[in-house]
Amino acid sequence: MNWNWLLPEPVSTFGSEIDSIYYLILVITAVIFVIVEVALVVFMVKYRHREGRRAEYSHGNTKLEVVWTVVPFILVMVIAWMSMRVWIEAKVADRGHVSEDALPLRVAAKQFEWNVTYPGLDGELDTADDFVKRNQLHLPVGRAVRIDLTSEDVIHSFFLPDFRVKQDAVPGMVIPVWFQPTAVGEYPLGCAELCGLGHYRMRGSVTVHEVEAFDAWMLQEGQDAAVETPAPADTAGVDLEAASTAPAPEGNHPPSHQPASEGKERA
Amino acid sequence: MSTVSVEVGHPSVQHWAEPGHPDDRSFLRKYVFSTDHKVIGCQFLILSLVFLLIGGTLAMLIRWQLGWPGTAIPGGGILGEAKAPGGIILPEFYNSLVTMHGTFMIFFAIMPLLVGVFGNWLIPLHIGAADMAFPRLNMASFWTAVPAGLIMIASFFVTGGAAAAGWTAYAPLSAVPEYSGVYLGQELWCISLIVLGFSSLMGAVNYITTIVNMRAPGMKWMRLPLPIWALFITAILVLLAIPVLTGALILLLFDQTLGTTFFLPPDGGQPLMWQHLFWYFGHPEVYILILPAMGLVSEVLSNGARKPIFGYKFMVWAIVAIAFLGWIVWGHHMFQSGMNPYLGATFMTSTMIIAVPSAIKVFNWLGTIYKGDIHFHVPMLNALAFVAMFVIGGLSGVFMASTPVDIFIHDTYFIVAHIHYVLFGGSLFAIFAGIYFWFPKFFGRMMNPTLGKIHFLLTFVFYNLVFFPMHNLGLDGMMRRIYDPNQYEYMVPLQPMNTLISVAALLLGAAQLIFVVNFVWSLWRGEKAPPNPWNANSLEWTLPSPPPHGNFVAMPTVYRGPYEYSVPGREADFWPQDEPPAEAGRRSAGREGVPA
Repeated sequence: MNWNWLLPEPVSTFGSEIDSIYYLILVITAVIFVIVEVALVVFMVKYRHREGRRAEYSHGNTKLEVVWTVVPFILVMVIAWMSMRVWIEAKVADRGHVSEDALPLRVAAKQFEWNVTYPGLDGELDTADDFVKRNQLHLPVGRAVRIDLTSEDVIHSFFLPDFRVKQDAVPGMVIPVWFQPTAVGEYPLGCAELCGLGHYRMRGSVTVHEVEAFDAWMLQEGQDAAVETPAPADTAGVDLEAASTAPAPEGNHPPSHQPASEGKERA
Repeated sequence: MSTVSVEVGHPSVQHWAEPGHPDDRSFLRKYVFSTDHKVIGCQFLILSLVFLLIGGTLAMLIRWQLGWPGTAIPGGGILGEAKAPGGIILPEFYNSLVTMHGTFMIFFAIMPLLVGVFGNWLIPLHIGAADMAFPRLNMASFWTAVPAGLIMIASFFVTGGAAAAGWTAYAPLSAVPEYSGVYLGQELWCISLIVLGFSSLMGAVNYITTIVNMRAPGMKWMRLPLPIWALFITAILVLLAIPVLTGALILLLFDQTLGTTFFLPPDGGQPLMWQHLFWYFGHPEVYILILPAMGLVSEVLSNGARKPIFGYKFMVWAIVAIAFLGWIVWGHHMFQSGMNPYLGATFMTSTMIIAVPSAIKVFNWLGTIYKGDIHFHVPMLNALAFVAMFVIGGLSGVFMASTPVDIFIHDTYFIVAHIHYVLFGGSLFAIFAGIYFWFPKFFGRMMNPTLGKIHFLLTFVFYNLVFFPMHNLGLDGMMRRIYDPNQYEYMVPLQPMNTLISVAALLLGAAQLIFVVNFVWSLWRGEKAPPNPWNANSLEWTLPSPPPHGNFVAMPTVYRGPYEYSVPGREADFWPQDEPPAEAGRRSAGREGVPA
């Protein structure tokens, strides 16, 4: 059992910055925690009722009140100030700090799968050589990736714990997500927002390749995709206009529900 | 302010019981459709303790599934084929369990326990009034909560089962039955909470009116016991927050039943609008669930430490500050929702600031017991546990307030740990403190202190064994509301910790039976309670236990604040609020239950 308060090793560029704020807060709160709890226990022992004891008659101390108002205020403002920069870096994908050559991807969530659209060899989405992989996110190491995240039915949450990425996928919205992997390997992709009865198994994997290996993978998959005509269910993820109006739940949805008719009615 | 308050609560606006007038109300009027605030408080107590048990039982089922995924619950076959065939919980039933556990605990247990029970029990007695300003409205408030609860329970038994979209009911999952597999259950969930909202509103207007208008002469604002300050501010929050929820629920109900698309995107609806409306209610709701608890704890700590509350005025203004700031922090539930990140940065700042008044309260509680004369009676033990646990819940809040850190821990078990440190470690320990403290006043008998201490100790230990490791699960990336964590390879190593938590949770649940036994046994067999068993100062302790219908035979006059403990020069270490100063002459005549 893991009783330490360490986060898993970060594998994205902003991951370690996020973690440094986490550890800063951990240290500050741990110190306050120890001070308060120790004081509480010491007071409980020292001032327990004994025969002949009488409590000190005091209504407070304004100087102390000022101290314990100002000090916490300064502390939380410092934390907020330090958080601000990292937050904007991690969450704002269109502010210039995401490099121009970022790999463009599209992730469309639906009950209960992640459909990832790759740009193919031309490196551009919405072209003929795009292809879709279900529940597989393949990325090159050391290169930023910029994902247009959307959902076709309910709210899901795109959670990559090792990359310190979490972003809800909301139907009707296209939300930009970016990060830059720093280590080759296999990592989990999960859904962090309750999305229905299959929520617990809405998972995928992230594979970070060396750059050459990624290019080879993209070449191979792009050629395969050109041979096979993509299934209609997969193209729904490609066309966002269609995605937002399409009858939503399909695929592995239980047959007892009739999503299509309901969806059309509402569309 | 001081001159105004002496005028209010004039006898002409109160319905004083005639001294010696026989109580000829029928059984039905006395115990069922009663307008007496004390009886209504007891009715709310029984109702919400039943819901606390139901919510706790659901938690046990959740922990069974997480501790021993996919194994049959002993005797679980009675749940039926649609929920748990052969006693093995189905994923759809698991989603209902987490939804309904949250719903029952927040709306039907903690909120009525704090607001319904202690609001009714304490407000008229603490301020020296005969009853609430609107006794019939008060009765209506209780009898509106009952059908709301029955509707919520009934939703388990309809086709498709109870609501399964989480207690936050995020649309579109909650709005489109085909997405969740839940049909009537989700609609009943909305209807039940709409009905319950009316109950809360009736209570809130009553509390506000009563506190503003019916304070006894001399009960200045700055002489109010802190539970009353907390309940006053809470009632204002309820009055302003509940209509937002009710409005949102009606829109959601329309989306479910009439084919509207307020929260559904194809026709221009906005899923995020539900979240904004829900959390605009939901964050003040969090303070509705903790402010009265803080008030109760302040009362008990000061009494147990035999010392005036440290920094009374700062405590009052901290309550006011928390309530005000509570309206501008709702976005911190939505940092990862797709809301504009710059807006998230703003909400981070306001959320960080709200830590300050919370810190003020904690330090003042420490100041209250410092150099005190601490009596470890059962209410005091629970109040001290509140302080110790609320510190953890408050500090863990700083982690998710920091938006970048929240990216990782949002929707993980870290959040589950945090909310339970606030609502169980905080609110529920305060509720236990309050019940042990005021039980003798309202039922005329003491609760058994030995059973009380055993119950406290076991609850404290198992509670921490359940919820502290949840921080670690969250930091290892375990998400909330996951039916079977072992689906994820990286969570398989977390299973032993989940099993440990489940064992502790079952023991925690079992330990509550001691409380049930103590409660029921004490109702009939407990030691007879004197008027003032805790040597406390506020007005209710001058009355017999239980106080008669109409409370005070003569209007009390208040001479001082409620926390005048260990005043130098006095033999007794307490000083009732209505005891005239020595130079003012003799006590007012004709009073009953004057403490010795």
